Amino acid sequence: MPAREGPLCGIRVADFTWAWAGPHGSLLLSMLGAEVIKIESQARLDHARVHSLTAGSLEGGIDESPIFNDLNLGKRSLTLNLRKPEARDLVRRLVARSDVALQNMRPGVLDRMGLGYEDLRETKPDLIMLSSSAVGATGPERTYAGYAPTFACLSGIADISGHPDEAPNPLSGAVDLRVGTMAAFAVLAALIHRRRTGEGQHIDLSSTEVMSAMMGEAFVGYGLTGREPQRIGNRDTAMAPHGCYRCRGEGEWVSIAVADDREWQSLRSVVADPDLAHEDFATAASRRIHQDRLDAIVERWTSERSPAEAVEALQRADVAAAVVHSGPSLSRDPHVLARGVFETVDHPILGETRVVRPPWKMDGAKVPGPAPLLGQHNEYVLKEILGLEAPEIEALVESEVVY
Amino acid sequence: MPASGSRDTRAPTRTGALSGLSVLELGEMVAAPYCAKLLGDLGADVLKVESPGAGDPARLRGPFPDAEPHPERSALFLYLNTSKRSITLDLESEEGRRIFARLAEGVDVLVEDRMPGALADLGLSYDALAARNPGIVVTSITPFGQTGPNRRHRSQHLNLYHSAGHTSPFGAPASEDGRAPSKAGGYLGEYDAGLTAALGTLAAVLGRELSGRGQHVDVSKQEAMMGLERVTIGRYANEPDPFAGRPPGGLVRAKDGYFIFTILQPHQWEGMVETMGRPAWADASWCQDPAERRARAEEIQRHIGEWAAGLTRDEIYHRAQAHGAPVAPVRSVSEVMEWNQARERELFRELVHPEVGRHTQPTAPYRFSETPWAGSAAPLLGEHNRAVYVDALGYSDQDLVRLSDSGAI
Repeated sequence: MPAREGPLCGIRVADFTWAWAGPHGSLLLSMLGAEVIKIESQARLDHARVHSLTAGSLEGGIDESPIFNDLNLGKRSLTLNLRKPEARDLVRRLVARSDVALQNMRPGVLDRMGLGYEDLRETKPDLIMLSSSAVGATGPERTYAGYAPTFACLSGIADISGHPDEAPNPLSGAVDLRVGTMAAFAVLAALIHRRRTGEGQHIDLSSTEVMSAMMGEAFVGYGLTGREPQRIGNRDTAMAPHGCYRCRGEGEWVSIAVADDREWQSLRSVVADPDLAHEDFATAASRRIHQDRLDAIVERWTSERSPAEAVEALQRADVAAAVVHSGPSLSRDPHVLARGVFETVDHPILGETRVVRPPWKMDGAKVPGPAPLLGQHNEYVLKEILGLEAPEIEALVESEVVY
Repeated sequence: MPASGSRDTRAPTRTGALSGLSVLELGEMVAAPYCAKLLGDLGADVLKVESPGAGDPARLRGPFPDAEPHPERSALFLYLNTSKRSITLDLESEEGRRIFARLAEGVDVLVEDRMPGALADLGLSYDALAARNPGIVVTSITPFGQTGPNRRHRSQHLNLYHSAGHTSPFGAPASEDGRAPSKAGGYLGEYDAGLTAALGTLAAVLGRELSGRGQHVDVSKQEAMMGLERVTIGRYANEPDPFAGRPPGGLVRAKDGYFIFTILQPHQWEGMVETMGRPAWADASWCQDPAERRARAEEIQRHIGEWAAGLTRDEIYHRAQAHGAPVAPVRSVSEVMEWNQARERELFRELVHPEVGRHTQPTAPYRFSETPWAGSAAPLLGEHNRAVYVDALGYSDQDLVRLSDSGAI
């Protein structure tokens, strides 16, 4: 195996996660140089290899899923059928040689296999283990299941997202990836604690609570005011204009946010529409009251321009404005391309494919190669990490322990 | 890496996973303060530098008790600045810059959110700070990153959220009625940037042991958000139209509000059918085939809506979950705070603040078995000036008056 680089070089992760949230957590560790060994099996395929809420069933085989590739870059794949006791023994031996274990099965499932934190710490006393679940590993609803939209609804974020006269907005699969990011953060904090004290620990992560934490001011605000926050779409409680405005061309929009009176004067000078001189628009409070009229005037100006032209004119005057991007338009955006957000990996079956690089520019963070084929690293893990001999490995394959 | 081999002794509450890590924060509003809060709530010693006078603009954002603006009573500030100390310092003054450089000499991490080049213009670039403190990790959080044509573009959360593909990951943006799509509520994209920055910061702290040096971590808020849509955005970078047919699922109206169902695996569909008491339509032959169900998702949605109309969200939630179907009610903010599960897990705690007194705070989404959450209430503006300038940096009381009169602090 090629040597790893990066700030987490030397850290080994035994990764039992599947779907999106958990694998995104170990993906971030993999991008930072950790060696992530994904434990999977034909008997229990990561469903990102076969289907998804976003794309439905994926065409092609279990090694051809671009979504799986996006979420599992640079990981090693070890196939073990955990229903077999011999496989569970191998897991214990692997964990003994790892620093971190990650899992996102329903609370209790791994414990019943004898692979819970209390069991695993016997083989690895300073193990850091993170268990990620829908609503946490404790409490009356701990066995409840969910996906990204479930977490968004339970957490409170869906109810405050969206236009006021429309249904709540359960957001997208990005919710899962937020959970994974939080998981990776918690693991690094525990690693730092372990380096200082020698102590490992278990981390119980609730996916729903991740989303609640990312709107924490709403809870503090409710506690202080007793007022339930409402959906306000693209508007703001203090700023106006504050919204998305139609531009020239189908489905083209620009977002504009005017934070204070200086920016308001700048916007006025750029848009240069005499109607903006009306006294109804003189103060932020008054602009908010007359926002519908104000927005219509601003949109007269934007609708004659492309989003890029509008952004350029407004940013030159120090007014916050940006292109409203879709998935397709981001893949062509000059700034995004100049920042090198897309990198190419060479996948043995998908061929050359572009993926989004790590979310930081820093030394040692990189795209660590393509996702593994199912069982691609069985021999490496069993031989080089666990020290098994070839005949032993053959026997394990024969008996469908390695499966 | 903190050198100390034992638990920090500065304050009894500082026994978290990051005890001993010292962090200087030069941040405003949400992203950079959230980054530093995440570190502080886990035990790092965070010193927040605010401008004299108004301080962090989050102090002016609210919501406020009785809707009366007050710089010490803003919910936004109170949440994002737990577990920190606050000093006031004016980087526009020469003395202020000298003091800042001294502070940066003694810390493990600086989290800052000035526009690219702004700190360098003040003589406080990463290179200048690292020359005096080679181990320092400087995490810079900006709307569009330190480089690239848009690096100086201004951005509010609205602009950021819509610039990162989250409102319309699948193509040209427009809601069903032709309006613009809506951003997420609150400051979600700013939180994304803060969390991503906190992860990069800790990675750089760990990496210091291998390299012997800190480093400059460049966090673009737009890229932090794009990374979370990597599965969709990444696809469009390869093919023009990668997404077709989606499985049934989505919001449905119950008697008292909305709930959501998401069906990915066959046993979950079975669970949903059981929950509804095996209605006749679900026994039809087409309904046994996942591909057919995808093709007729709207019809299924309508059937489920008819069934749900007479039931409450919670009835549906508990019944469906008992059958293994991933179903959840849309909960409002107050409903989350009253939710049994949240209560049992002590998701919310009371902290005591000198101005607002006892108030409720969400803790954290993780429970560390050995280093429990130990957040403390947000600081008053400049609350720790004396502790830092006099007790730690050795200025005299007269100096403090002089610095204050000259506007440096």
